[in-house]
Amino acid sequence: MSRRSDYLRPVDFKHGLVDLSHGAGGRAMAQLIEELFLAEFDNEYLRQANDQAKLAELKGRVVMATDSHVVSPLFFPGGDIGCLSVHGTLNDVAMCGARPVALSAGFILEEGFALADLRRIVRSMAQAAREAGVPIVTGDTKVVERGKGDGVFITTTGIGVVPEGVEISGDRARPGDAILVSGYLGDHGMAILSLRENLQFATSIVSDTAALHELVAAMLAAVPGIGVLRDPTRGGLATTLNEIARQSGVGMVLEERALPVREEVAAACELLGLDPLYVANEGKLVAICSAADAQALLAAMRAHPLGRDAAIVGQVIEDSQHFVQMETAFGGRRVVDWLTGEQLPRIC
Amino acid sequence: MKFVDEFRDGEVARALARTIATELQPGREYRIMEFCGGHTHAISRYGIAELLPAAIRFIHGPGCPVCVLPIGRIDNAIDLATRRGVILCTYGDTLRVPASKGMGQSTERAQHANPNDLHPPEGARGEATPMSLLKAKAQGADIRMVYSSADALKIARDNPQREVVFFAIGFETTTPPTAVAIQAAAREGLTNFSVFCNHVLTPAAIQNILDAPQVRRLGTVPLDAFIGPSHVSTIIGSQPYEFFAEEYQKPVVIAGFEPLDVLQATLMLVRQVNEGRCEVENEFSRAVTREGNRKAQKLVAEVFELRPSFEWRGLGEVPYGALRIHRRYQDFDAERRFGLEYHAVPDNKACECGAILRGVTTPKDCKAFGTVCTPQTPIGSCMVSNEGACAAYYSYGRYRDAAKPEERAA
Repeated sequence: MSRRSDYLRPVDFKHGLVDLSHGAGGRAMAQLIEELFLAEFDNEYLRQANDQAKLAELKGRVVMATDSHVVSPLFFPGGDIGCLSVHGTLNDVAMCGARPVALSAGFILEEGFALADLRRIVRSMAQAAREAGVPIVTGDTKVVERGKGDGVFITTTGIGVVPEGVEISGDRARPGDAILVSGYLGDHGMAILSLRENLQFATSIVSDTAALHELVAAMLAAVPGIGVLRDPTRGGLATTLNEIARQSGVGMVLEERALPVREEVAAACELLGLDPLYVANEGKLVAICSAADAQALLAAMRAHPLGRDAAIVGQVIEDSQHFVQMETAFGGRRVVDWLTGEQLPRIC
Repeated sequence: MKFVDEFRDGEVARALARTIATELQPGREYRIMEFCGGHTHAISRYGIAELLPAAIRFIHGPGCPVCVLPIGRIDNAIDLATRRGVILCTYGDTLRVPASKGMGQSTERAQHANPNDLHPPEGARGEATPMSLLKAKAQGADIRMVYSSADALKIARDNPQREVVFFAIGFETTTPPTAVAIQAAAREGLTNFSVFCNHVLTPAAIQNILDAPQVRRLGTVPLDAFIGPSHVSTIIGSQPYEFFAEEYQKPVVIAGFEPLDVLQATLMLVRQVNEGRCEVENEFSRAVTREGNRKAQKLVAEVFELRPSFEWRGLGEVPYGALRIHRRYQDFDAERRFGLEYHAVPDNKACECGAILRGVTTPKDCKAFGTVCTPQTPIGSCMVSNEGACAAYYSYGRYRDAAKPEERAA
């Protein structure tokens, strides 16, 4: 954007820090919005400079999802809190088969946070939104005193529209259905873990953070009758499947040998006493469909770059106790229970 | 995964299980106690008991450091973090162990001592829910989860104006790292670092189990053999177990924590029992020697000394069953520095952890198991750590009973 600036000096994105005036509603806030958020997110809605965005009429069932992001550290291999906050909400919208339409972004900034870091984060969000083809149409910025936040927290909300005929819900898993995952499990959680101050280990693992709505669209084009979709974030695949089993009133059996887990992730988990089934993902989904559709769905997933390593990992069974079980590579069977406590705080 | 998958090979496991089955003497029961939580976890996670005939019974021992920590010591730790205002560094497992219900009162006293300190805890409002380090943290205590003693040391270096206490727990495996931290602190002249030492000793606990009346007077808890500790033995060696083999006439096989290790050790124990031998054998020879790690032993002897007596949850007072910090490092002893007093606290009446830790009863025989006591809401310590007999059974084994209620649950 090339326009005459109303301000004496541009925002100092090299050495400047967030101060309380950036959230106070005055000139400093207006300048930050203009020179950072508007400049980076740039779209017709934001340019109107209103407190809300008026969207065009939406046809179909409208879905809405929200997600707050508090990940620590803010920058990690494969991503940062910026792109994560866009992907997280887009995926929540997409997991009912919806096509995302617009996003909002709320920032809580801590006094003293480096504007250079903030710009890096905002640019990453802008890029993620552009790549996803979904504009960030409205937002909000607040500043809290030093020590009352931790750099930056970002809440994003998304809306989307569900195509005609698509009926996806966590209560639609039926005995006999196939369970598919879209790729390697545990990458995001292990990437974050590798950076934690008390646990640094050298690794090539990078976060899988990605927007999945285009993969979902490709899957629905191949198999419109997908029953369940969900992204196994916090609590990992194990917790997600337990949720679905309870919602649908079914049991599940996984095949350990079929679960895609990278060698590095498996090794790091082994070392730390973690189970990859409970480690968070940010660019993976679980799909449940009828056994008859399973191969077609698998083929559609594998044809998309984000589903290249997809696999059929188990099946839905009848079980009044709603246990998720696993046939282990060792030859036994065990319960894959809910995650207890928290494996790692502030993973997303 | 290289060097891991080899020890989890299902084909080899089934072959071993078949060999064990053919070697069992008809009509005989083989009651094998695996001392370590690591073995308990492997047995549950891999369904090892399922592979074996019912005549083999695994009895879960007390070798889970979180499980044997008595409530009173958790109370002490909470006291340090709340009333004394220290930064308490602890392993994650310990965070959720229920402390006593009365803990609120000591924090209430803290209100008088330092009015700016903490919000009134639940206990202070007359509610009788047990405290835990996690709850104390939520109420404002500065409790940090660490993965090693070195992390605690770093926190002490980074916070020179604060007292930093490392809540040291564990068997012989975790003791040397604590010793290293104490020596490093001494070398660096770190005056704000100390250790609340709760390190315990494996051989003393085994002896205590063997001396228990239920075991001595054969019948109540018959024990035929022991699977000896894995990681602990890398430090202390296999030699300390020779006494049990000779004096108590119990075969011991030291085994690694992988499922094939457990099966191989089981086969070796079956053979010893069949042949009437009582020896210490070493299945885990890829890591354990007879002498153990001399360097680590020397380090531990320099920094620690035996406690004449120490309470173990489930076992009671065990003579010479734990370590305390040696006088020459007394500046780093949190018990001395803060004048901690120990008060024994009885277990919740419904909780059978004590009997489970002695092998007298099994998790599913406890009325609280799976009803009021679950991994989300643990009443007893065996439900907290994933090495605990109850948690391992709850997490991995329940469905077997759901499917076949008449089947035994090992």
